[in-house]
Amino acid sequence: MSIDTNTTDTDTTPELISKGAFDLDWRKVINTGLILALGLCFISLAGMPIGLNGRKLIEPVLSLGYLSLLWLPLVIGWSVGNEKVLEGMAATKRGARDIVAGGVVGLIGGLGLALLIILVNNFDLRDPLVNWSPQLLSVLEFDAGETTGRTGFGIVLWLIMSTVLGAFGASLHVMPKNLRKAIIAAILTVVGFAVFETFVVDVFDFLDDLIYAKKGGLKVVAAIIIAVIAFAASFAGGGRQIGAYKQAYQANTGPSKRTQTTTLILVSLALLIIIPMVTGKITQELFANIGIFLLLALGLNIVVGLAGILDLGYVAFFAVGGYTTAVLTSPNRGPDWDGIGAPLMPWWAALLVTVVVAALVGLFIGAPVIRMRGDYLAIVTLGFGEIIRILFLSDWLNGWFNGAQGITNVPAADFGFAQVKGTDPRSVFYLVLVFAAISIYVSWRLERSRLGRAWMAIREDESVAEAMGINTVNMKLMAFVVGAVLASFSGAIFAAKVGSIFPTSFLILVSIIILVVVIVGGMGNIMGVIVGAVVLIGVLGGPKQPGLLAEFSEYKLLIYGALLIWMMLQRPEGLVPNARRSRELHQDEFLQDAWLKGEVDTDDDDLPDVTGSIEGAQA
Amino acid sequence: MSGERILDIQNLSVTFGGLHALKDLNFHVDEGEIVGVIGPNGAGKTTFFNMISGMVTPSSGDIIFEGESILGMDPNQVTQRGISRTFQNVRLFANMTIAENVMVAQHCRTKQGVFGSLFNTAGFRKEEKEIREHAEKVLGFFGTRLVGYRLEQPASVLSYANRRRLEIARAMATKPRLLLLDEPVAGMNPKESAELTDLIGKLRSEWGFTIVMIEHDMNVVRDVSDRVVCLDHGETLAQGSFEEVSSDPDVIEAYLGRPLEKKV
Repeated sequence: MSIDTNTTDTDTTPELISKGAFDLDWRKVINTGLILALGLCFISLAGMPIGLNGRKLIEPVLSLGYLSLLWLPLVIGWSVGNEKVLEGMAATKRGARDIVAGGVVGLIGGLGLALLIILVNNFDLRDPLVNWSPQLLSVLEFDAGETTGRTGFGIVLWLIMSTVLGAFGASLHVMPKNLRKAIIAAILTVVGFAVFETFVVDVFDFLDDLIYAKKGGLKVVAAIIIAVIAFAASFAGGGRQIGAYKQAYQANTGPSKRTQTTTLILVSLALLIIIPMVTGKITQELFANIGIFLLLALGLNIVVGLAGILDLGYVAFFAVGGYTTAVLTSPNRGPDWDGIGAPLMPWWAALLVTVVVAALVGLFIGAPVIRMRGDYLAIVTLGFGEIIRILFLSDWLNGWFNGAQGITNVPAADFGFAQVKGTDPRSVFYLVLVFAAISIYVSWRLERSRLGRAWMAIREDESVAEAMGINTVNMKLMAFVVGAVLASFSGAIFAAKVGSIFPTSFLILVSIIILVVVIVGGMGNIMGVIVGAVVLIGVLGGPKQPGLLAEFSEYKLLIYGALLIWMMLQRPEGLVPNARRSRELHQDEFLQDAWLKGEVDTDDDDLPDVTGSIEGAQA
Repeated sequence: MSGERILDIQNLSVTFGGLHALKDLNFHVDEGEIVGVIGPNGAGKTTFFNMISGMVTPSSGDIIFEGESILGMDPNQVTQRGISRTFQNVRLFANMTIAENVMVAQHCRTKQGVFGSLFNTAGFRKEEKEIREHAEKVLGFFGTRLVGYRLEQPASVLSYANRRRLEIARAMATKPRLLLLDEPVAGMNPKESAELTDLIGKLRSEWGFTIVMIEHDMNVVRDVSDRVVCLDHGETLAQGSFEEVSSDPDVIEAYLGRPLEKKV
C-alpha cells in the first residue's frame, strides 16, 4: 500500500485517508484475482458444477452446481477489501476504490474460468482430469442439455457475472452497516431455505408445497418473498436485540450471572428436548449423529485441549466401547464368547462393563505411550488406533469378533419405559443428550479442579510441571483414561443405534474428524467443542453420516480440509476460543491490548514500602 | 545458625558423553543455612541443581536429603520430599493466571481426585479454599505486586522482575524445606536486587527455608550467604565465608585468569 506522507501528524483520532478510485494495491488485487481464478477452475475440475447441477435451488434459475461457483467471486471480492488497520494508524476511506478492486478481482477470476472453457473446448485432458469433459463444458456454457457450442456466450456471461459479483462483494464494505447486514441476512436466508430443503420440510412439512417446486428447489416467488422478509427483519433490528442481550450477559459479573447462566442452560435443555418431538426423522437422526460425535469430541477435548496430549488414535476407545457393548448384548457375537460362557446382558448393564473395559484399555495403551512427548506421542497413538481396529478385523480374533463380518443384531437399549434403537432416532438423541450432559459436567468440573490445573501445567511445560511436584505420568494417564471412558459412552450408544458393529466404522478418519471438530470449535473450550460438533457434523456430516449438506458428501473431506486450512490461517484458536489458547496464539496483540489498557506492569522504581506490606501479609 | 545436616552430597559425578559436568563433588547444607554457589559460566552450577532436583541422574555418588538418599527419584518425588527450585531462565506457566501458577505448585501437598471434583464434596471445597489461601499468602510475601487484581491475570503480562518473584513464590508454594534458587536476581536493577536480597533473608527467618542459591551478583552473595562454595569445571574450588572465598587465589584465577608473569 502506498504511504500517504500527509498523514504523519500525531492526531489522537486519525482521519480516514482518501484515495482515488484506481489508487489500488495492484499486487494484492492481482494476487487475489489469481486465487479466485484458481479456485473457480479447481471447483470446476473437482466436479462440483456437474455433480450438483441436478439439485435445483431456485427453480429454474439456480442450481447448487452453479452456486458452488458463484459464491466464490462474492466472498473473495469482499475479502480483497479487508484491511488490517493497526492501532493508531489511519484507515482508508471506503468508496469507489473498493468496488473497482472487487470488480478487477472478479474479472481476473472470470478470465481464469474463460481460459478453462477455451482449453476444455480445444484439448482433451480427460485422462488425468476426470471432469475435463463435455458435461463440464455444457454446464459452463449454460447449454441446458444441448451441445450447440455457445462458448462465446458462456465466456462473456461468466466474465460479467464474476465481475459483478466481485464488485458486489466488495461494495458490501462501502454500504452502511445495517444495509450490509440486511443484504447478507437476505442472501443467507434464501440460500439456507434452498439448500436445507430436506430439513425445512422435515421440520415444517406444511411448507413443502407452499414454497418448494415439485422437482425440488424454491419457487422464484417464494425466494423473493423470503429474501424480502429476511431483509426487512434484519433492517428492523432483528439481530441487534440478541446482540445486546449477549453483551449484557458477558458484561455481567455480579451474582445474577449465575441465575442467568442456569436459566440459559435450562432453556437450551428444554429446547433440545422439545425440538425432536416436533421434527421428522431426518432431523432427529441428524441430532443423534451430532450427539454421538459431540460425546467423542468432549472426551478428546480433555485429552488434547486440557492435558495437551495429541492423541491421533482416539477412535480406538470408540471402537472398544462399541465392540464391548456388542459382545455383551448381541447373540451374533463371535462363538468363542459362548465357549467361555460370557453372559448376555441388557444394554445398561453392558455399559458398566464397557466403561471399565475402556478405562483398562486406556491404561494399557496409555502406559507405554504416555512417557513420550509431542510428535512421537502423536505418531504412536496413531499406530495404536490402527492396531485396535486391525485386531478386531483379524483372523486371529475371528472367533471373538467375527472379523470383517462384524457383530450384527445388537439389540436395542431397553430401559423398560423406553427402547433406544436406530429406527427411532429420537430415543437415541435423548440417550445421547443424557450422556452429553454427563460429559459436559465432568469436563467442566475437572477443568476447575486440582486435576485440571495440573493438566494445564503439563500442557504449558511438562518438565517444569514435574519439578513443581506434579506426577506427570499419573496425571497424563488419568486424562487418557477419562477420555477413554467418555469415548466408550459414545461407542456403546453407537452400537445400540446402528445395531451392528464393523471394523470399517472405526477408520483412522474418525480420529481425524473428531480432532478437526475440537480444533475448529475451539480446543480446550466446552462451548467451542459443542459449536464445532454442530457446525461440522451437523452441516457437513460425520465420516459416514450425512449432514445438512448431504449433497456435498462426495466433497466432504475436501471441505473439511479447506475449512481446516482456512481456520489455521485466520482463526487458529477456533470458532469459540478458549481464553488461554487465544492468548497464547495472539500473544503480541494481547500484550499490546494489555499495554494500552495500562495492565502490563513495568519495573517501576517508586515501589511501595515493601517491608510494611510484607508485615501486613505475614500477619 | 547451623543445625542438622539437611543435604549431604557425596562424591557426586555427572558425565555428558565424555564431558565431566561435575567431578567427585562433596557438598553439604545444614538446616537453616543460606549457601551461595558461585563459579564462572559453565562451571556446572545449574547441572548441580538439576541433579539435586532429579532432572539429571548422576553417574556416581549419592545425594542424602534429611538422612535418606534421593538418588534416582523423579523430579516430582524430590519436590514431594521437600526440595523446590526456581529456574535460571524463568519458566512460568505463562498462560495460567498468577494465582493458578502458585496453586498448581501445591499439587503434591494436596490429594483431592476425580471423585471429589466431580461431586464437589465438602473435602474438595475445603481443600480448594486452603490452596487458594496459601497461594495468596505466598504471593503476599512479595508485597502488593502479585496480589489484588493481578491474581487473575496471566503470568505472561508480568514484568521480568515480577516473573522472577512469581517463580520464587511458585517454589515456595510447594512447601519445601530446602529451596534452590537459580540466579534469583539476574536481570534485576540494583534496587530490585537489594530488595530481593532482603526477602531471601526473610525466606529463612520467617518461612524457615534452608536455601542454596546460585548467583553471579557478588553483592547479593556477600549480603545473604552464610557460606559460599565456588565451583569450576565441575569441582569445588573453594568454600568458606564470602571473604575467604573471594580472596582465594584459585577463585580469582578461575574468574580473572592467571596474572601475567613479569618479564625481567
